Amino acid sequence: MLRLESLTKRYRTGDKALNGVSFDVPAGQVVGLIGPSGAGKSTLIRCINRLVEPSGGRVLLNDSDTTHLGRRDLRRARRRMGMIFQEYALVERLTVMENVLSGRLGYVSFWRSYFRRFPQGDIDKAFALLARVGLSDHADKRASALSGGQRQRVGIARALEQDPELLLVDEPTASLDPKTARQIMRLLCEVCRERTLPAIISLHDVLLAKMFVDRIIGLRAGEIVFDGAPSELDAATLTEIYGEEDWTQMHDEADAAEHGTKPHDLEPSREERMAGLA
Amino acid sequence: MSTALAESRPWKRPPLIRNAWLRWALYLGALVYLLAALNSIEVNWERVSEGLAQGWSFAQGFLAPDFLTRSRDIWRGMAESLTMTVTSTVVGCLISVPIALGAARNIAPLPIYVVCRAIIAASRAFQEVIIAILFVAMFGFGPFAGFLTLSFATIGFMAKLLAEDIEDINEVQAEAIRATGANWWQVINYGIQPQVLPRLIGLSLYRLDINFRESAVIGIVGAGGVGATLNTAMQRYDYSTAGAILIMIIVIVLIAEYASSHLRKWVQ
Repeated sequence: MLRLESLTKRYRTGDKALNGVSFDVPAGQVVGLIGPSGAGKSTLIRCINRLVEPSGGRVLLNDSDTTHLGRRDLRRARRRMGMIFQEYALVERLTVMENVLSGRLGYVSFWRSYFRRFPQGDIDKAFALLARVGLSDHADKRASALSGGQRQRVGIARALEQDPELLLVDEPTASLDPKTARQIMRLLCEVCRERTLPAIISLHDVLLAKMFVDRIIGLRAGEIVFDGAPSELDAATLTEIYGEEDWTQMHDEADAAEHGTKPHDLEPSREERMAGLA
Repeated sequence: MSTALAESRPWKRPPLIRNAWLRWALYLGALVYLLAALNSIEVNWERVSEGLAQGWSFAQGFLAPDFLTRSRDIWRGMAESLTMTVTSTVVGCLISVPIALGAARNIAPLPIYVVCRAIIAASRAFQEVIIAILFVAMFGFGPFAGFLTLSFATIGFMAKLLAEDIEDINEVQAEAIRATGANWWQVINYGIQPQVLPRLIGLSLYRLDINFRESAVIGIVGAGGVGATLNTAMQRYDYSTAGAILIMIIVIVLIAEYASSHLRKWVQ
């Protein structure tokens, strides 16, 4: 389905973010990508849809190489890959529905998208997806009016609206509280299974990765240092990925995190925060 | 916590300039320059006392404004000014949008960026009055020269500030749109336009306000509008009419001020 062949990325500053990364993702597999900050997780994901240009190697999506496509063909390739972002990356001032429909931009003409005249099929699909992620009542709200978890659900709906063959997910839970993070991960894995959709999910939370994904790839300094089932991930491999640390403590912390959820939607508005100054 | 109590020591905010000698030399130098500069201003007190009388009669005219005697001239000037203001703001804003897109480094390629920045610099290099003198020489007296002047000045102002706002957008939102396979125009329309639209509207309203005030100034050099009426009244020592015109300008600017702050709150 997706095959990376010695993918390399060297930034203009000379830093080597990826160094000959190769792996295969078969259809329907959810891959968790873990590793310390700066290990190249984000770069790896962005090299696949070429938001970052790889400097070497090949990316094969269903046996077609995406690394040498021209602009038009690159756009075609991008619409086959849905992407979900760390800070949701919704267009804050657009409505939820516009954000979901923006997943169709690769398929419709500029003028159609400019006047928001999407084909009825796209609109039906968008409503169905909003129902799937539990946001049917929010279609006409601005994205900025939603809580973090709700925003990420819209992000998932936008990616699925593309009818993707692959999901690229960059730290989907980094800005969420532990409970919402689990709900989002569960939702992501469910939709991937429903559609036998392969996904690459970068995560900094090892426990979350172990809990949900089918396979874990550990990156360190741009190289794969672990590739296997979540159950094979033990203290020794974690030390190899992240460096020395007492990994046995982790399980207790996870239980504590489950209970410490922060309420969202209760943040003070800008006016309220500035009121004290007047 | 585990170690013993650290010994207490005083703390002061570190000064901006660390070298004490340099710091005091700079303060002293600035003070000396300021005193010398103030000393170099020559004031002719006789002329001032003469002028105070003139100023007083002007102020009296202002306190007793005469809207009626020259009402036809005043209304014609006002209508002309408002027409100039609205048309030049609309035209200037429309032209400034594509230039702003080209002048934003994060979305435009380098050659286009250089050209658009040059246009902005050219428009901003000259004060409105200087451009007005040029256009009056080219197209003759009247509001057309004023309209061209204000449009030209609007382009530089709007394009510069809008381009800076585009450079400050949250790039991730545009990146997400790009990742869907959207083309350049779609990225602009979905990823960037929603982020800068409130600022675009706010700036246009602010520029409308500026253009109205400028229309009163460039009228003095012959570019039409209420400035021409004001100039005539001043030359005739008709301070009551001048006062009436000034009051009307103040009222219109005030209305524009309140209206635009309301509108800006609404588009946020």
